[in-house]
Amino acid sequence: MSEWIIQVQNLHKYFGKHHVLKDINLNVAFGEVVAIIGASGSGKSTLLRCLNGLEPIQAGEIIVDGVAVNGKTTDLNRLRQSIGMIFQSFNLFPHMTVLENIVLAPQKVKKIPRKEAEAIALNLLGKVGLRDKAYSYPSQLSGGQKQRVAIARSLAMNPKVMMFDEPTSALDPETVNDVLDVMKELAREGMTMIVVTHEMGFAREVSNRVIYLDDGKIVEEGTPEEIFYHPKNPRTRSFLSKVINV
Amino acid sequence: MHFDVAALYKAIPALFWGATVTLRVTVLSIVIGLLIGIVAGLARVWPNTFLRTVASAYIELVRGTPLLVQIFLVYFGLPALGLNLDPFVAGIIAMGVNSGAYVGEIVRGGIESIAQGQMEAALSLGMTWWQAMYYVILPQAFVRILPPLGNEFIALLKDSSLVSTIAIAELTRTGQIIITRTFKSFEIWSGVALFYFVMTYAISRVVKYSEKRLRYSE
Repeated sequence: MSEWIIQVQNLHKYFGKHHVLKDINLNVAFGEVVAIIGASGSGKSTLLRCLNGLEPIQAGEIIVDGVAVNGKTTDLNRLRQSIGMIFQSFNLFPHMTVLENIVLAPQKVKKIPRKEAEAIALNLLGKVGLRDKAYSYPSQLSGGQKQRVAIARSLAMNPKVMMFDEPTSALDPETVNDVLDVMKELAREGMTMIVVTHEMGFAREVSNRVIYLDDGKIVEEGTPEEIFYHPKNPRTRSFLSKVINV
Repeated sequence: MHFDVAALYKAIPALFWGATVTLRVTVLSIVIGLLIGIVAGLARVWPNTFLRTVASAYIELVRGTPLLVQIFLVYFGLPALGLNLDPFVAGIIAMGVNSGAYVGEIVRGGIESIAQGQMEAALSLGMTWWQAMYYVILPQAFVRILPPLGNEFIALLKDSSLVSTIAIAELTRTGQIIITRTFKSFEIWSGVALFYFVMTYAISRVVKYSEKRLRYSE
């Protein structure tokens, strides 16, 4: 068993002729919290979507938990069970209650009995502070509550790594912290996390490593300390000066 | 103007019988159309290109030719291939295959109206494409499919008058036959129209009702 949960080598991604990701090399160790920052259109979200096979790649290799994501014989459905994915727009299932949202995949994919799945779900809802919303529908929740349900839904599959695609970008400012608190708690518990984010405070405070992506390339990476206080690359410096009001 | 109420009144039992034939033809065509249409609609959104192409070809061909010609093709044409069909069977096959194309487009439209993120979220949880379709996409699509599906059923019921041309004694044909005996065109066609209206209105009420029952807040 390697110490890496994710290994990316010489990854290239194109949308038609548009070269979106250029020679990405990235390893993530178990227990690490990696923040990916960069301007809109820099390829951050695309990179994340490549990691769980939502986007096909044109060159290179991605290995998650020892399995090649783009391998011809890879059972992607199986691999995805160990990769939690949180979307900017939550993507809760609107025709199901919160509880049903959470138990669906454990029940149908992992064949966990309903009772047991519900116990797990209620427990996770407690953890994200929404136990009283179990029988509500997504439309009755605020954005921050929806995102916390989405996190509980992912955790119910007991993933080895959680990926967050701008989890707080669609939220009202007053609900952002509820979501960030849940994520901090997860990090404290040792969950491996990859977070694409515009929340520089969160990246600085919670992550072990920050990756700055610009125009499809990893321009700079290092500890939060290095990236936020001693950025070497002029492009990193210029980006940070725009997003952080010191 | 003279409207012979008695003539119409006398025709009611025969027209009623004709209407039951119309209903039978329509219901059976709907069943065939639904089966074909669901498969065609799913094939149109399927990741597999070959199936998508086959489904598109079927839908284009059927929608690009008149139903009347399709009915003639099945009833008068297929015997050339050694397939002699009873008019009733030929009628529902032609109508079912025809309706399947429209239902297919309705199903595809419904599925595609569900945000892409729903499929991605389901796949990300480890579900297969099928599981995602069945548990996540289709239940949501169904609510949106229902109103256009109701329209299709109503259109199909009215179009079933075309099978009168292959000697199925449904409502329209029954009307024609009565008129050849009584010459009461205005009265009988009014009665025929009324029977059609009662049936289409009933379908439209049933669809409205199910829509209301199925609606969830999105």
